[in-house]
Amino acid sequence: MNEEIKSFTISIYTENNIGLLNRISAIFQRRHINIESLTTSQSEIEGVNRFVIVVNITESQAKKIIGQFQKQIEVIRAYYHTDEETIYQESGMFKIKSDLLFDEPQIQNIIKESNARIVTVNKEFFVLEKSGRRNEIESLRRDLNIFGIMQFVRSGRISVTKEEMKITEMLLAFNNQ
Amino acid sequence: MKETQTMETSKTDTAQTERICGSEAIIKCLIAEGVDILYGYPGGAIMPVYDELYKYRDEIHHVLTRHEQGAAHAAQGFARISGRVGVAMATSGPGATNLITGIADAQIDSTPLVCITGQVPSHLLGTDAFQETDIIGISTPVTKWNHQVTKASEIPEVIAKAFYIARTGRPGPVLIDITKDAQFEELDFKYEKCTGVRSYIPTPTTNLESVKAAADLINAAKKPMIVWGQGVILGEAEAELKAVIEKAGIPAAWTIMGASAIPTSHPLNIGMVGMHGNYAPNRLTNECDVLIAIGMRFDDRVTGDLNTYAKQAKVIHFEIDPAEVNKNVHADVAVLGNSKDSLSQLLPLLNENTHSEWLQEFKDLYAIEFEKVIKSDLHPTKEGLTMGEVLKEINIQSKGDAAIVSDVGQHQMIACRYSEFNKTKSNITSGGLGTMGFALPAAIGAKMAAPEREVVAIIGDGGYQMNIQELGTIFQQKVPVKIVVLNNEFLGMVRQWQQLFFDKRYASTEMTNPDFVTIAKGYHIEGKRVVKREELADAIKEMIASKDSYFLEVCVEKEDNVFPMIPAGASVSDIRLS
Repeated sequence: MNEEIKSFTISIYTENNIGLLNRISAIFQRRHINIESLTTSQSEIEGVNRFVIVVNITESQAKKIIGQFQKQIEVIRAYYHTDEETIYQESGMFKIKSDLLFDEPQIQNIIKESNARIVTVNKEFFVLEKSGRRNEIESLRRDLNIFGIMQFVRSGRISVTKEEMKITEMLLAFNNQ
Repeated sequence: MKETQTMETSKTDTAQTERICGSEAIIKCLIAEGVDILYGYPGGAIMPVYDELYKYRDEIHHVLTRHEQGAAHAAQGFARISGRVGVAMATSGPGATNLITGIADAQIDSTPLVCITGQVPSHLLGTDAFQETDIIGISTPVTKWNHQVTKASEIPEVIAKAFYIARTGRPGPVLIDITKDAQFEELDFKYEKCTGVRSYIPTPTTNLESVKAAADLINAAKKPMIVWGQGVILGEAEAELKAVIEKAGIPAAWTIMGASAIPTSHPLNIGMVGMHGNYAPNRLTNECDVLIAIGMRFDDRVTGDLNTYAKQAKVIHFEIDPAEVNKNVHADVAVLGNSKDSLSQLLPLLNENTHSEWLQEFKDLYAIEFEKVIKSDLHPTKEGLTMGEVLKEINIQSKGDAAIVSDVGQHQMIACRYSEFNKTKSNITSGGLGTMGFALPAAIGAKMAAPEREVVAIIGDGGYQMNIQELGTIFQQKVPVKIVVLNNEFLGMVRQWQQLFFDKRYASTEMTNPDFVTIAKGYHIEGKRVVKREELADAIKEMIASKDSYFLEVCVEKEDNVFPMIPAGASVSDIRLS
């Protein structure tokens, strides 16, 4: 088995119940696995949540923790995928002094070239939003940092997989039992 | 008024509801699930439920333990001997946290429990109210499922789900936390048993191809060996296992949790594996060509060093919990499913065989173990009493029909090694968690669940004092359990390790003990102390003959060690006989 530590995206489809996040995070904590990012939201199925968690672990660790997730009563299904098997994005927000837009004309070029979006502008500050891969957001952050960033925040990874998940079929099969 | 309503309900439409309060609904749910005994301790946040227990006392018997930990372990003992779901109840805060050790024990040993805790009223949640504790947060890592109820209307569905989850698939503990306002609130009560949870597959389907692959490996094997665990008992697959080992002539060993599934006297029963297991099955784990694991999870106390564990063998793993497959030991063939079903499917595919030469290897190694260890344990010539001879005498007097409830430590290993079991579900012990204090309350639950059985608790002087207060429960409830304390005035297993690995620095392991017989007598339990070999047989005879609870203290040799032993982290091949 390949014991190289890699970035894996773990997708967990769950019932939307209080306390489940605790149950899931405890599985990482007990094995001393650091969570790189965690996002949870409604999935494509009404009433079913989807966790997207990024961790750096070995594939054998990934297989074992998937077993632990699936064992949880309110977990419908859990998967792990490599970066190549998913389409993924992050989102970053930058709050910057408005004066800079006029004092530093270069900023306008940076915004244009980065495909960042201006969310709001007022007299004091403007807010940029940039979606994309981590390195794209990071490169924008480095470029803007030269001029000063008032606030920066980046979301966790969200991703969809190239393969089918078949959760709907699984739930239908249960209902038809 | 209430009675007529109930009668009308049953006469007319069963689906019709009745208007009752949450606490009464809890009791009705328990009765609907067939609960007639539960263990617990009252307190502020659970008082409405106790008020209903008072009203329903003819239908459901509440056993007041002396500590909530005792309630949890008693419920475990109840479940382990009967295969039914054990029920424990406690109030919020300290009542709930005191259950935790028992819940953790039930989780790691796959024991079906439903624990019901009271909680502060919902408007006080998160305010650090009196006796408020986040028991859902605390119990999450040690429960199969848990849930907080804040509305009375949720009660029937949640309790039905709790029982379903606790007993199905790989069993485990469930905790339901119910706020006090939900206990007072009224609901339209109707109970329907839970038959499925969409996100939960209790038992994976057995793939016939995997069974065939397993059969092929077994049929081709020259030196097959079975190690079975509690999965055989939980799956009630004892007869199927016996048929498999007899047809294919496979030597079969057991983990501590699997003990008693096949009678000790069975010629193919080759003893216990693991740290203090038998010499032959441990050594030959590294000689077999096919290792067939059935309903066991390759605990580190069983495998020792994984890098040198059964590397020469093809491994077949029969397992209900997919998360256990390939967790510790790679399975060449994994057969998922309930052990009863998968072994039934395996049986017709097996060729008849005897493997007599291979079996002889076990017998030869047993002879060595007998010479070096067993003889002096069971037939000692030295002055001091051994734990082994006490167990031997209990075997004789109980004719091997007793259920042995052991605590944790040296006496536990001796009890598991030397008890002669005729019946399944006869070895009740804390295997995975190693909870000292388990045996006394667990014996209460076991005896109450199976009053027809002789229940003998074997406890060390350390563990006994961890839950000694449960003598009060035994006295009040008149539970005729037999209590044997093997007193060596030490925390024996820790002392053994200190002797072997810490140059005899006996840090905090010596115990200055009270007069245990006087304590038992204080609870009006008949008791006796034995210090000489000549007194032992008669004392055990008297104990077994007693119709009431009985306490027997046996003062054993202070510094005896348990052998064989695989030092922690060593290979099963490096098992020591001295």
